Amino acid sequence: MNQSVITIAMPKGRIFGDACKLLRNAGFRLPDTFETTRKLILDLESEPFRFILAKPVDVPTYVEYGAADLGISGKDVLLESGRDVYEMVDLGISKCHMAVAGLPGHQSRNPFLKIATKYPKIASDFYRRRGEQVDLIALNGSIELAPIVGLADAIVDIVSSGQTLKENGLVEYDRLLDISSRLIVNPVSYRLKKTQIDQIVEKMIRATEGTKIGMD
Amino acid sequence: MSQPYMFEKPLGLRDTLPRAQQEISRLELIFQRELQRWGYDFIKTPALEYAETIGRASAIADNRLFKFLDAEGHPVVLRPDMTTPIARIAASSLRNAPLPLRLSYTADLYRSQRKEGGHPSEFEQTGAELIGDATPYADVEVISLMMSLLEKSGLASVRLAVGHVGFVNAFFYDLVKDKEIVKQLRNLLYNKNDVGFHEYVASLNLPIDAAKRLNAFVDSRRMNNEETLAYIETLVSGSATPVHSYYRNILELIHLLKLDHLESQIDLDITLVPHLSYYTGFVFQGFGGNLGFPVASGGRYDDLLAKFNRPCPATGFGIRLDRLMSAIKIPDDKRSKRKSAVIYNRENAGIAMRFAAEEREKGHAVVLQHADGIDNPDTFEQQFESVNYFLDRTETGE
Repeated sequence: MNQSVITIAMPKGRIFGDACKLLRNAGFRLPDTFETTRKLILDLESEPFRFILAKPVDVPTYVEYGAADLGISGKDVLLESGRDVYEMVDLGISKCHMAVAGLPGHQSRNPFLKIATKYPKIASDFYRRRGEQVDLIALNGSIELAPIVGLADAIVDIVSSGQTLKENGLVEYDRLLDISSRLIVNPVSYRLKKTQIDQIVEKMIRATEGTKIGMD
Repeated sequence: MSQPYMFEKPLGLRDTLPRAQQEISRLELIFQRELQRWGYDFIKTPALEYAETIGRASAIADNRLFKFLDAEGHPVVLRPDMTTPIARIAASSLRNAPLPLRLSYTADLYRSQRKEGGHPSEFEQTGAELIGDATPYADVEVISLMMSLLEKSGLASVRLAVGHVGFVNAFFYDLVKDKEIVKQLRNLLYNKNDVGFHEYVASLNLPIDAAKRLNAFVDSRRMNNEETLAYIETLVSGSATPVHSYYRNILELIHLLKLDHLESQIDLDITLVPHLSYYTGFVFQGFGGNLGFPVASGGRYDDLLAKFNRPCPATGFGIRLDRLMSAIKIPDDKRSKRKSAVIYNRENAGIAMRFAAEEREKGHAVVLQHADGIDNPDTFEQQFESVNYFLDRTETGE
């Protein structure tokens, strides 16, 4: 098999540091400037790998359309986007969970609960499964504001340490699901570059087992 | 919705301009010729079908159907696939034709899609159906035919993934003995969610050996063909009879594909589960070029004809022409048949017409254009490989 270049989409921001560390553990020789550079495309010199640095919510899109062969993406983003990609490995990094939160002892005066969220699809699925009708309000950030200023009765958002909730006087009502980062693969790339991708997947699985033991 | 702009079309629909249409016609022609050489007969079916018949049998999710009422108030759908209408024909109009039937088609299909680029709601598909033959030889025939069409289309690095839904169902059922759980597991495979599959298996509290087999089953995707076959063999030891007979089916297919020299292009992936739920046996997807989506897919659907009251085994495939077109790289000079122009005036009309007729007779594409009708001579002439002028002012005596 010829060695074609493998493109990997990386999420900038919260997950990026953890993801880089994992890649190094998996044996990728990333340059030292990898975490600090402002470039959006980075080619490795020693190996046929190209990294593209994308906004986290866009990573599954790059991978679904085949602009990237592989990607690292949070489960929250994957669920919300519903993209057709292989979700091959739970990388066990950047762990957090999705929760419903609001002001302590809050009594809703709305006929239907108003829920503010960055994740309308996940929130809607959750309440539909419960058989509960709610009004969703889509926001793009600082979701914690919504219950405080009276925009919504509660929020559906990711919680990692719980610090942000606490500092804004909010409490967790419900836990929806656990979240961590996943290795995703484009279905066609997987067929056309199977040998190379299988090798990467194996390496990542081994590195992940390392982090799991290390964290326990 | 607000008033549409005059150039707009309904959501998800698009025009095909000359350049793209030329390429589609080229593919259609190649496919038509090749399908006829394999002895497949072309048929056509209506674009509108009843929602209760084709709509329901086609197994396309309800929210993806274009559904409305006809003049008599019956719910109708724009056909979302061609396999189901062909099954209807095989079970009705062609009921008395000798089996097996070999039928093919090129048709526009309609599926309401996500509001996003690259996913049109109307797309053209060429396909073939082999009806009435339950043997793996029929599966090999449609697989080889599909590969042959993809090769002839000019698609680079054609590859095929092959799985077996019947094997998956029987194998899962043998381990978990619960149809609902089998469905869940199959859905996770279809969603390509390996992580979710492992999590779900863990949540089932199965005997350790069963859980281990299920987990190893998914991980088998990362093996090469020989490893996969050897692995399936270890999986079926101690399983129920249907699992064994499907396993022998798979062995036979791989053996036949080797005879057909297709083995190197094939990736045996027993975890492959496609979205159409009517598949019962072998399933496959074709890939190639540098497109992120499969260009072709197919499989065996032995239970579909029974829905039209004629139980009969069948297998077939469809190739999406829109996707194939974007997956093929065509050099510009090969892209279209070159045209030449004949530009003439009143005095030379007769001789120009004769010249054009002779050229067309030779098989060349010729545009015959009176000089006065041209808007801008410079840009007009640029479109042609060569231009012949018949503009002499002297009377030619005609």
